[in-house]
Amino acid sequence: MIKLDNLHKYYGSGAQRLHVLNGIDLHIREGELVSIMGSSGSGKSTLLNILGLLDRYDEGRYALAGQPMEHLSEKQAAQYRNRMIGFVFQSFNLLPFKNALENVSLPLYYQGMNRRARNEQAKHYLEQVGLVDRMTHMPNELSGGQKQRVAIARALVTRPKVILADEPTGALDSVTTGEVMELLHGIHGQGNTLVIVTHEPEIAAQTQRQITLRDGRIVTASRGEPA
Amino acid sequence: MIDGLQEILYTMRRNKLRTALTAFGVFWGIFMLVLLLGAGRGMQNGMERRFMNDMSDTIWVHAGKTSIPYQGLGTERQITLTQEDMRAIERQVPGVRFLSSETPLGAFRQASANIVVGDRSGAFDVIGVADEYFDIKANIDFPGGRKLHLLDAEEQRKVAVIGTTVQESLFPPGLSPLGQDIRINRVTFTVVGVFYDSGREGRMSERIYLPRSAFGQTFGGGERVSVIALRPDPSVDSYALEERVKELLQRRHQVAPEDRQAIRLHNMARQAEHFNQVFAGLNAFLWFVGLGTLTAGIVGVSNIMIITVKERTREIGVRKALGARPSGIVGGLLMESVLITSIAGYTGLVLGVGLLELVSYGLNALNVQLDFFAQPEVDFQLALTALGLLVGVGALAGLAPALKAAAISPVEAMRAD
Repeated sequence: MIKLDNLHKYYGSGAQRLHVLNGIDLHIREGELVSIMGSSGSGKSTLLNILGLLDRYDEGRYALAGQPMEHLSEKQAAQYRNRMIGFVFQSFNLLPFKNALENVSLPLYYQGMNRRARNEQAKHYLEQVGLVDRMTHMPNELSGGQKQRVAIARALVTRPKVILADEPTGALDSVTTGEVMELLHGIHGQGNTLVIVTHEPEIAAQTQRQITLRDGRIVTASRGEPA
Repeated sequence: MIDGLQEILYTMRRNKLRTALTAFGVFWGIFMLVLLLGAGRGMQNGMERRFMNDMSDTIWVHAGKTSIPYQGLGTERQITLTQEDMRAIERQVPGVRFLSSETPLGAFRQASANIVVGDRSGAFDVIGVADEYFDIKANIDFPGGRKLHLLDAEEQRKVAVIGTTVQESLFPPGLSPLGQDIRINRVTFTVVGVFYDSGREGRMSERIYLPRSAFGQTFGGGERVSVIALRPDPSVDSYALEERVKELLQRRHQVAPEDRQAIRLHNMARQAEHFNQVFAGLNAFLWFVGLGTLTAGIVGVSNIMIITVKERTREIGVRKALGARPSGIVGGLLMESVLITSIAGYTGLVLGVGLLELVSYGLNALNVQLDFFAQPEVDFQLALTALGLLVGVGALAGLAPALKAAAISPVEAMRAD
């Protein structure tokens, strides 16, 4: 599903150039649940941003669902993000002035789907995360765990190829962390591909494969074949 | 489209006061622009009413005394224009569209004749006019009856057209003068028309015009005419024609070419040109001031949009991550800006025009005649220009903020706060 060949990424230029990703080779198969670990500055967030087409890379190859992600225009990148990738963020990133249903249906709006159809579909995914009774609530009327479940529904609503979660439990207490991880497991169980970036070993331990980054290189890749 | 509009209305509602204040800047700009231009137009109308009732392409020829000796003839020689001069102009100067003359009863400009209608009487100027006279004074109003025409001249009818002032002083209110007889120095003429001429602040309406033929037959005067009036063909250069007429008349009356007293030509085109220049200048100034006010409003909109973008950086980042295209982000912000400016500006336009109409209505209703102000108005084309301006201006105001928003990287944006 995701294939990276010798990926390099630099920040800055000249003498101060920072080599953030130093030749990443990575293959994530369809239906896998993978975690990316690493201390801050290891390049894991940069890698996730590149996977999510939110950032560009400088050298190497990146193919998503068999399609090369090279030289994308802003517009193309936006379309791929919309149709192939679902994002779950640490700080939820729900739009504060839209209710749960509207937040979930927003990606469908960018597909040009009409209101009735997208509300229908959004409702279906809210049901799946168990929040259909809260669909008219505004984000500030929801608890942290509920917000993240709405965000997960929003990531699922376009039936993306891959779901990228950046510290999805970073802002949650241990009880809700458990609930959210359970939900993510359930989604994985339905055959979705998930990549979770985290620095918590307990979270990483719940995934099929842990990839650890240090100084822009993959140092270990456990419980799967070497990357 | 509808969804986009809802989003915009939502953000506007979230900052009601801010939106209202911003909108007021644009409203005020357009409002002032419309008022200024309308007032300028009112001044122009007022001036035109005072000065421009004579067709602006008419050339009037007067004669006086010579001031320079020429060909053995001395100064102080009175020049008299004649009908033969008119025939000479007709023959020798091509490009004359209408040609006519005035011959007053008595001496020029102190020509008061005694007019009697029933038991009322008064002293008014009586002027015999040649054919085509009302093609030269084509702008004067005929509130009643008709102009003099060729048949009146050919049949030497004893008919007259009288000014409104003459009507008011000789006829009781409610009695139509049309078809009534008036006696001019004891000779009876029949009134066939009443005119209003705003020239000389309305004093031109104190006149009585008779056809030249009946005038000559009744009061004499022979070949003499005191004023020759002509209008050139629209295709002809008015100043060149004026020069040719002047040369012709100077030759015929043996007047030195540099004599400015003996033969005087007054070309209304020169006055009109001067007049138009003054008002073009005034208009340019009013546009400048109005657009300046409007610009202040635009800058306000632009500013507020930049703040909006800054406030919404994170939101824009999230939207981009979820698949919003840059064009969608830019379009939304441009639309917001255009919406604010058009609604505010349109309101300003409507209220501005409304106020002008109200003033105009008030002036009419109270029958106020201001010397230098009449009928403030805004024409349709100006309204269209203003509307076009608004949309353009709205887009312009939104452009910088929108481009700023489009350049936001989702990663940076979501890191913000």
